[in-house]
Amino acid sequence: MAKYLLLKHYRHSGPKPVPGTEAMMDQWTPEEITEHIDYMRRFADKLTESGEYVSGDALSPEGTFVRYDGEGRPPVTDGPFAETKDLIAGWMIIDVESQERAYEAAAELSAAPGQGGRPIYEWLEVRPFLADPPATAE
Amino acid sequence: MHTDQVNDLMRTLAPQVLGVLVRRGADFATAEDAVQEALIEAVRHWPDSPPDDPKAWLLRVAGRKLIDAQRSEAARRRREERVHDEPAQGPTEQSDDTLLLLSRCCHPALSPASAIALTLRAVGGLTTAQIARAFLVPEATMAQRISRAKRTITGERFDTPGDVRAVLHVLYLIFNEGFTGEISLADEAIRLTRQLVAATSTDALDTADPELPGLLALMLLHHARRAARYTASGELVPLDQQDRSLWDTSMITEGVTVLQRALTRDRLGEYQAQAAIAALHDDAPTADETDWPQILEWYDELTRLTDSPVVALNRAVAVGQVDGPRAGLAALGDVDPGLARWDAVAAHLHERADDVDEAIHRYTAAADRATSAAERTHLIKQAARLRLASA
Repeated sequence: MAKYLLLKHYRHSGPKPVPGTEAMMDQWTPEEITEHIDYMRRFADKLTESGEYVSGDALSPEGTFVRYDGEGRPPVTDGPFAETKDLIAGWMIIDVESQERAYEAAAELSAAPGQGGRPIYEWLEVRPFLADPPATAE
Repeated sequence: MHTDQVNDLMRTLAPQVLGVLVRRGADFATAEDAVQEALIEAVRHWPDSPPDDPKAWLLRVAGRKLIDAQRSEAARRRREERVHDEPAQGPTEQSDDTLLLLSRCCHPALSPASAIALTLRAVGGLTTAQIARAFLVPEATMAQRISRAKRTITGERFDTPGDVRAVLHVLYLIFNEGFTGEISLADEAIRLTRQLVAATSTDALDTADPELPGLLALMLLHHARRAARYTASGELVPLDQQDRSLWDTSMITEGVTVLQRALTRDRLGEYQAQAAIAALHDDAPTADETDWPQILEWYDELTRLTDSPVVALNRAVAVGQVDGPRAGLAALGDVDPGLARWDAVAAHLHERADDVDEAIHRYTAAADRATSAAERTHLIKQAARLRLASA
């Protein structure tokens, strides 16, 4: 088994959205939003049942950049940046048999209904976890 | 004995046994370890050979573990030059142990997170694994949090109960952690608060702080609405749209009774005032029949009791209901806009004032500042609903 991160973005500098799916969630109807949320929940339930779900979380769109500023000094903060190109919305971590299965799961998540109940065709970023070296490596 | 029975029994007895050991003068951290070890023995032995008197059994085993621990510490202790105070004569009533233990677990030297974890384990009788799952952190992390908390209060004397208000605050925080997941922390908080109220109401002089039953009432009056607060898919349902037939009427009745008894003591505090507001909401057969003027009076009362900006924010909502949305917005003008829910309240008031564009803008801004996913979804839907209606 291998772990994969399925990354959802509020916006990203990856591939262009599929035409007709650009509308943000706050442009949908309340019913469409409910349908979408329901689909996500059912998807997580299904992966739990198949023994592939690890965890998932959502992030606030508001964030701040922070760094060290030398001994004894308070941290330096910068932002929030309204125009940041890559803004992560949340993630799901899955533990699956193969990369193929990870892609299949990501595609199913990307098919969540949006405006008019049509799939949103959302681009999800799939990132494999770096695992521990196998005990038999040497 | 069935495993579930063993678990239930252990959860009830563990704090009692800890209370006895601590009252006898044992160091809290060492006694807590001893009780935990005794529980492990109980899990191993009770299913096959249940004891006649489980409490006596636990007390005996925990007492033995405590002596073992003290012996292994003895050599080190002898080297240390320290004045060892004889523990003063402790209270003899079993019931007093609850407050004694709680006030140590909620010691002001502890951070809220540590106090919560320690309370749930030492008084709530939950295992470290259960507490870890409730807060979605690894078990090792929670174990560390608990043992650090115990180290912090080591050496604190245990002969007199500490600050009741600190205990109430921790119980309130546990309640607010909610009721999702395997362990309902809200139920747990109610159980502990109920226990504390029972333990202190035997006080013949009735000197116990009425904020204690006030907090219990507050919890019951909010918890009564839990079945109506979320949809099946976990979306938030605001108070005015909840299906009131789902509210737990017997819990409301109990909450009102507890509150009324507290209020007759004529020592008003924050929890009693908040409970009174919750009771007025619970009392309304429909949202339209809510007694907002009286709710506003209670908010004015609360404002006198606390300078909490959250109270000021909620008061603006009540002003909006009583004197109209413009008055509500004026009241909101005096509240710190840095509060997470400020935009949500502004959006609601602008909507009622028919400033649709401003309301949409505020709902969207509020969604970006929401502190939970359920709240975020709810606020985005509010914006979507208005956009659709005005299109």
